[in-house]
Amino acid sequence: MEKRIYTPESNIQRPWIMLRDMLADMRRGQDLALRLTIRDIKALYRQSFLGLLWAFIIPIANTLTWIFLNSSGIVSVETTALPYPIYVFTGTMIWAIFMESMQAPLTKTTQNKSVLAKVNFPREAIIMSAVYESVFNACIKGLILIVAVIALGYAGGWSMLLFPVALLAIILAGTTIGLMLTPIGTLYADISKAIPLIMQFLMFTAPVVFTIPAEGKAAWIIRHNPLTPLISTARDWLTGGAPEFLNGFWLVTAIFAVVFLLVLIAYRLAMPILIERMNA
Amino acid sequence: MSAETLIRVDNVGKKFCRDLKTGLWYGVRDLVSEFTGSANSGKQHLRPKEFWAVDDISFELKRGECLGLIGRNGAGKSTLLKMLNGLIKPDKGRIEMNGRIGALIELGAGFNPILTGRENIYNNGSVLGLKKKEIDGLLEEIIDFSEIGSFIDTPVQFYSSGMKVRLGFSVAVHMKPDVLILDEVLAVGDSGFKMKSFNKINEIMREAAVIFVSHSMPHIATITNQVLLMEAGKSAFQGDDVALGIDKYFSHFSGTDPKIEFNGLAQIKHFAIIPSHRYAQEKEEHPLIDYREDIEVDIHLSIDRSVADFHIKLQITDKDLKIVGIYDSFQFQEAVSNDREEHKLRITLPQSIFIDGEYAVSVFIQNRNVETKRMNILGLYRYWQKFKMRASKGLGVVPAVVYLPGTISNHSLAEISETPTKTLKTL
Repeated sequence: MEKRIYTPESNIQRPWIMLRDMLADMRRGQDLALRLTIRDIKALYRQSFLGLLWAFIIPIANTLTWIFLNSSGIVSVETTALPYPIYVFTGTMIWAIFMESMQAPLTKTTQNKSVLAKVNFPREAIIMSAVYESVFNACIKGLILIVAVIALGYAGGWSMLLFPVALLAIILAGTTIGLMLTPIGTLYADISKAIPLIMQFLMFTAPVVFTIPAEGKAAWIIRHNPLTPLISTARDWLTGGAPEFLNGFWLVTAIFAVVFLLVLIAYRLAMPILIERMNA
Repeated sequence: MSAETLIRVDNVGKKFCRDLKTGLWYGVRDLVSEFTGSANSGKQHLRPKEFWAVDDISFELKRGECLGLIGRNGAGKSTLLKMLNGLIKPDKGRIEMNGRIGALIELGAGFNPILTGRENIYNNGSVLGLKKKEIDGLLEEIIDFSEIGSFIDTPVQFYSSGMKVRLGFSVAVHMKPDVLILDEVLAVGDSGFKMKSFNKINEIMREAAVIFVSHSMPHIATITNQVLLMEAGKSAFQGDDVALGIDKYFSHFSGTDPKIEFNGLAQIKHFAIIPSHRYAQEKEEHPLIDYREDIEVDIHLSIDRSVADFHIKLQITDKDLKIVGIYDSFQFQEAVSNDREEHKLRITLPQSIFIDGEYAVSVFIQNRNVETKRMNILGLYRYWQKFKMRASKGLGVVPAVVYLPGTISNHSLAEISETPTKTLKTL
């Protein structure tokens, strides 16, 4: 018979037991996570006339904006190997994937607040469902991207097979950062208010719409932004460019994988404390 | 198998913060100490603006037992349940839960509103650790019991509150829990379903430990075999004398304080209930009446001169504030004519058959308007005097309002030959 013991002590003092419980909960929560994901996706598009079209209306609108800004000379971007419209389109699409996966953990947790506060179920199911949904969104956007680059004649050949790997790495990064913000974010609304601000800053310091300048302060910042290798490698694999940051890509992915595990543990530890304050 | 302890709670406590902003900040600090694992040093102390919502509660519950958790709103019952269910962590003490836990903490909780009833059954089942196949086998039974019928494929958000409770209860009880936690769930739901639920709880109790929270004392009296009365987080009473626990619970209400609601035209000068002879010597706060003795009331009144005559109505309420009996002189006699300064009256209510407990008498002095055929209230003294019933022969507490007297007569064989014809006629 299953035995559960609740004490004030932090579970971190018995890390192995906690890890074992966590894995068991992830297995138990699989079904639930899948079901939540399917339902949320359905609900997302059920009350919308354009439905899935929204997945690329926004990136296309963004692309058009930047093409306009660039061609009118309001902002000027250094010449790129790819034509600028394709550079911006791939950039904003990949960026949208990152952004969605980053917002998913906090959104899902807040959405399920009332259930979390009243029912004991594997909390990991929420995170898994956030990841599933991010993967789903990435699949749609990824397909659109692949079709677009083939149609425009900029397909990358064999390296395109690696493109999904890059997308997974981006989802990993997004989910990790999002999950990191979730505990504080559920307590203070400041976090969700600040996210767009942070995102803007991150976007302009990554090769999304701007290229990396040859030198200067901006160049240094962009080169040291951990998202730079992810985004630029994804784009390079998609369009067949020589990946400039390949080593950085693997390094950053490995780091995010480790951090992801840590924040997953943190989420589990934080949940009882958060639930108690959510009710307050 | 039958005597194993399923729930063991040792000196459990939980702090809460009165102030939202401060509470959030404490939350951040708790997070940090949880991550660093250095939690314990400060946990036992109250920080500013904090209080113990649950303080030093201990109990054990074995398979086959049902604990009634009672107390006023905000006494800490739900917080305790949340700790038992593992939703929040205790700040002190230790909780041990064995086996599968089925919990119904709040009405309709546990359901994802956008999922259909059927999908929610599978969700809840998988959360409780049941395989899909096991749930398949229980599905029919769950749907049948809940009386949801064809609505089972409708999203739960469109269910009425009664339907949600029925489904939630049905799921919780059919998952074969070892521990069943029910928080105030039967308050909703029609009486037919309530009856069915009680029978089901009784059935489950044989194989599970049940914790039952309710504000309805008749429910507590019917199904629990021990009670824990909580008061401001602490245990005020604990034990298997359910009746005593319920009595203590009621004694915390000040709702029955005597109150003059209206005395414009009639004033009570003196009011007394005469205790039964047997208890006359006992120093009790309220007069004691023995079961099946008369209740005698002395009442001295002065009535405004403008009133020609009047009636007296006595309304007797129990601790639940439920009206259990009414005496109205209008039913039995002519109005008392208002012919003197002060009336010294005695009212006798013969052979009281109320069960043991405390009662309050409200006094209505009224006169009847012959034209409108309605009563005008001259004076109303709410809960003016309390008295206690105590059966000297010890009838015990029964889930009833009155304990009916009756006789059994033993017919001889000769007499019986006549009675069947009688019975047949009445049929």
